[in-house]
Amino acid sequence: MAPAITLAAETELSAANTGFMLICSALVMLMTPALAFFYGGMVRVKSTLNMLMMSFISLGIVTVLWVLYGFSMAFGTDTGSIVGWNSDWVGLSDIGLTELWDGYTIPVFVFLVFQLMFAVLTPALISGALADRVKFTAWALFIALWATVVYFPVAHWVWGAGGWAFELGVIDFAGGTAVHINAGAAALGVILVIGKRVGFKKDPMRPHSLPLVMLGAGLLWFGWFGFNAGSWLGNDDGVGALMFVNTQVATGAAVLGWLAYEKIRHGAFTTLGAASGAVSGLVAITPAGGAVSPLGAIAVGVIAGVLCAMAVGLKYRFNYDDSLDVVGVHLVGGILGSLLIGFFATGKGQSDVAGLFYGGGLDQFWKQCAGVFGVLAYSLVVSAILALILHKTIGMRVTEDEEVAGIDQAEHAETAYDFSGAGGGAARTTAVPAHVAQAESKKVDA
Amino acid sequence: MKLITAVVKPHRLDEIKEALQAFGVHGLTVTEASGYGRQRGHTEVYRGAEYTVDLVPKIRIEVLVEDDDAEQLIEVVVKAARTGKIGDGKVWSVPVDTAVRVRTGERGPDAL
Repeated sequence: MAPAITLAAETELSAANTGFMLICSALVMLMTPALAFFYGGMVRVKSTLNMLMMSFISLGIVTVLWVLYGFSMAFGTDTGSIVGWNSDWVGLSDIGLTELWDGYTIPVFVFLVFQLMFAVLTPALISGALADRVKFTAWALFIALWATVVYFPVAHWVWGAGGWAFELGVIDFAGGTAVHINAGAAALGVILVIGKRVGFKKDPMRPHSLPLVMLGAGLLWFGWFGFNAGSWLGNDDGVGALMFVNTQVATGAAVLGWLAYEKIRHGAFTTLGAASGAVSGLVAITPAGGAVSPLGAIAVGVIAGVLCAMAVGLKYRFNYDDSLDVVGVHLVGGILGSLLIGFFATGKGQSDVAGLFYGGGLDQFWKQCAGVFGVLAYSLVVSAILALILHKTIGMRVTEDEEVAGIDQAEHAETAYDFSGAGGGAARTTAVPAHVAQAESKKVDA
Repeated sequence: MKLITAVVKPHRLDEIKEALQAFGVHGLTVTEASGYGRQRGHTEVYRGAEYTVDLVPKIRIEVLVEDDDAEQLIEVVVKAARTGKIGDGKVWSVPVDTAVRVRTGERGPDAL
C-alpha cells in the first residue's frame, strides 16, 4: 500500500486511475477462485469440492462484513494505533459517489472495493492448511471471526493512517505482512489446534489434478498484477508500473529457483514445483516490488523460490499437517519478501528509503522485522485462540469416518467427478426434472 | 470352451486386436486394469514427498474360444503383446462350462 504521501490536500478525480483501479479490483477478485483451483487440484478426489468451497465462501462472508463494518475498522479514524472506526462508513451509508480517497485521485468507493478483494482473499489463503477435515459451518464462522478480530485490525496497522506499523515506516507495498504473513501464521495457529489429517505421513495424499493446480497458479499470477500494481492506487509517477514489472520478474525467477532446487534435490522438474515456485515469488515480491529494482526482484524471486521449496519439507520433520503448504509458501515467502526490503530497497522506487546493499544501513531492516514479527505473533496467537474456542464448542473437525469417506459427500452432498461410465446412479423417480415430466404429459395428450 | 485372459501393456492393444482378428476371433472384451508383477511400480515426488506408485496401468483382454483353438490363440496373443521388456504382463486360460448368446439363446460353441 502506498504510504501516505500527503499530496497537497486538493486532488482531482482521475478517470484513468479510477478505470485502472476498477479493473485491478476485478483482477484481485479473480484470485480467490484461482486460489480455489490451485488448492483444489492438490487435494484428493474426495475432498476437491470442499477445498473449492472453502475459498469461494469467503467471497460471500467477507464481502458482507466489509460493507457492514470491515472497511470502517480497517481504514476509519485511528484509535490507539490498533483499529479504526468511522460511523459514516458503517454499511457504506454515508459516502459521496465523487468523494475522493484522501490524498488520491480515485473515489472512496473505488478504494474500498479494491481493499474488499484483499479482505476476501486473505482468509481463503488459510484454507489450504486445513484440507480434508474441517466442518464447513465451523470454517464459515472462523472466517467471520478471523476477519473481524485479525484481518481488519491488521490491515489497519499496516495500511491505515495511524496504524502502528504504518507510522513506524514498515514498507508493505501490497500485503506481505497484512495478507501473506497474516494468513500463513493463522494457518499455523489453527492446525496446531485441530491436528493432522487421518493418515498424515502414512497414506499417500497425492494431488489429484496437477492441470487444475497449473490453471489456478496461472490465474493467480494474472490476478496478482491487479493486486500488486493496483496497490499504488494510480500510476501518476510510474511506481505502479515498476511494481507490475517486478511482479513478473520476481515470479519468473522464483519458478527457476524452485525448479533448480527440486531438480538437484529430488531429480525432476515437477509441474507442482513450477506452480508453487510462481506463487512463492508472487508472495515475496508483494511487499517488496515498489522498493527494489528489477535485478533486485530477480534476487528476491530466486531466494524465495529456493527457500520456500526447502521450507515445505519442514512439516514432515516437525510433524504438523500444513496440508497444502500455506505456512511453507505464504508465511515463509511473506517473511522473506518483507525482510529482503531491508537489503534490496534502492531508495529510487516508492520512497527514498534505501536498504543495506544500497548504502542505507540496517535501519529499514529492523523496521521490517518489527512489522513481520508483530503481525506474525498476533495472528498466530489470536487465530489459535479462535480455533480453540470453535473446536471446544461446535467442533472444528468432521468425524473420522466422514473424513476417510470424503468430506465432499459429508459436508456438501456432492462429488467432484462422475467416474461411472453409465452416468452414475439411478435418478429417484420423485425427482424427475420438470421439463421431462412436461414432455411426457404432452406425449400422452397427442 | 476356454476363457483366455491377457493382462498386458495398454499400448499393445491394437496389435493384439489385429492379430486376434486375423486369427478369426469374432469378439472380445477389454477392461482397464491396474496391478504389478515383478516390474513393481515407480516413484513420484510431490513437493519433496516421495510416493511409491506400485500399481501400474494395464489392460485386461478376455476372449472365449473352443478348446482346440486355445493353445494356438494363446501363442497369438503372447506374440502380439511381447515387447521383450519387463512388465509385458501375463496370459492364462481357464475352462468354461457354458456360454449363451443373449439375443438368440444359442448355447456352447455356437454362442461364440
